[in-house]
Amino acid sequence: MTDPLLDVRNLRVAYPSAHGYSDALRGISFTLGREKLGIVGESGSGKSTAGRAIMRLLPPKARVSADALRLSDVDLLTASEAQMRDIRGGRVAMILQDPRYALNPLKTVGAQIMESYRIHTRAGRAEARDRTLAMLEDVHIRDPRRVVDLYPHELSGGMGQRVMIAMMLIASPELVIADEPTSALDVTVRGQILEILNERVEAQGAGLILISHDLPLVSDFCDRVLVMYGGQVMEELAARDLSQATHPYTVSLHASLPPLDHAVDELIVPEYDPSWLTEIRK
Amino acid sequence: MSAPSLEIADLSIAFGHGRARVQAVDRASFSVAPGDAFGIIGESGSGKSTILRAVTGLLDDYEGGVLIDGQMAPRPRARAFFKTVQMVFQDPYGSLHPRRMIRATLMEPLEIYRLDRRDDRIAQVLVDVGLAPEYAYRYPHQLSGGQRQRVAVARALLLEPRILLLDEPTSALDVSVQAGVLNVLNALRRARGLTYVMVSHDLRVIAHMCSRIAVMTQGRIVEEMSVEDLRAQRAQEQYTRTLIAASRAAVTAE
Repeated sequence: MTDPLLDVRNLRVAYPSAHGYSDALRGISFTLGREKLGIVGESGSGKSTAGRAIMRLLPPKARVSADALRLSDVDLLTASEAQMRDIRGGRVAMILQDPRYALNPLKTVGAQIMESYRIHTRAGRAEARDRTLAMLEDVHIRDPRRVVDLYPHELSGGMGQRVMIAMMLIASPELVIADEPTSALDVTVRGQILEILNERVEAQGAGLILISHDLPLVSDFCDRVLVMYGGQVMEELAARDLSQATHPYTVSLHASLPPLDHAVDELIVPEYDPSWLTEIRK
Repeated sequence: MSAPSLEIADLSIAFGHGRARVQAVDRASFSVAPGDAFGIIGESGSGKSTILRAVTGLLDDYEGGVLIDGQMAPRPRARAFFKTVQMVFQDPYGSLHPRRMIRATLMEPLEIYRLDRRDDRIAQVLVDVGLAPEYAYRYPHQLSGGQRQRVAVARALLLEPRILLLDEPTSALDVSVQAGVLNVLNALRRARGLTYVMVSHDLRVIAHMCSRIAVMTQGRIVEEMSVEDLRAQRAQEQYTRTLIAASRAAVTAE
């Protein structure tokens, strides 16, 4: 195997709180090649913080430290803000949960996608427009010529998320971080969006980090899964083995899901073992 | 057989006028027997929450009938109506007043309805939903999402209604927290013989909670089925099959 695309070792993030700093991430480590990695966990487990730390998008007051945080040849910890501007959107793209909040409501779809392309390439206006139309077609938008001139409020949720994928992938990033890309969408649209995302990521040979709270979805979609709790990685396993997970946290997370095939009298409410919160020493 | 606890007959609701008119609910009918749990499932915009809002009277401009115990519900809804029917809303972050202590929020219905033993009732209802009575002295921001939703359920239960309308009660919660809230709701229904009408987009939740399920799309109820049929995927309508397939897609991996 070649050098990993992303190398994260002992990443720690702390936010200021009323009583000094409180830890959001307490030493997580993983590497990512050109594959699909899922990060699952409940709210507050630190999964989104991990994604944002890679993009260096945390609030300035957050305290970040790591033994290593590298994107192939770039050290993300020491990179200058100018370098980071190239990396964000250029080499690493982030897809957020709700297109209604993530798109600029005052600019047309086309203008936003073109902007993202022209910032990261030296393309002229005409070329950018052609690429934008092609990209919209790539995310299976039926009538790109009409859609480029629409404003975000004129789009449905699924269409908005396609536009976001187009905008994020047009600069051909090496790494895509998708933070709950489908949780604001209806189930019937969810599958299509994931398929499109998968198709584009594979076509461009990028790595993908899918952050989600949805265990079945992640096990279906990803190659490898990190299960997080309390700012630490509880377990790392191949996605298809998720149902045979051994860590009690993963097992209980699975059991708390209402089954679709058979009736149960009472759902299992996960009980948290305080020992999961003590820091794992390596 | 006694009259159904709740019956909706040919309910139609439209928003807007002229060309902007949208038929949000189109001649929907169903009835729920006492002590039963009825589920409505559909995508966003299908009109499922609109039905609940019409039942509570939050939307007064509807056509058709809303019958409680065989009696037409008064329009506008009278005070006595809410002793029978209460609603729990989707977002526990939005449905509790942020600057009022839980006790003040829970006290309000008791004052309006001039009930006695107010502090006892509040303590009891908090225990019923699985919270310690001391939670009455907290503010919403001091509670987790699951605890807030339990408070919202407690508020609805204070007037001892027989019918509880649940609008996506767990969609803002983690699955692990959802499990606890659903267990509380199920236990309460069994213990008190409550009638539930529950709206959700999550097939798993609906299948776990309800015995009969209506499938809605574009304002119409396209199919009504039992939970056994849903689990066995015995659907008549194409739309229902699509919906089940989409919800099961991720299940096949298990």
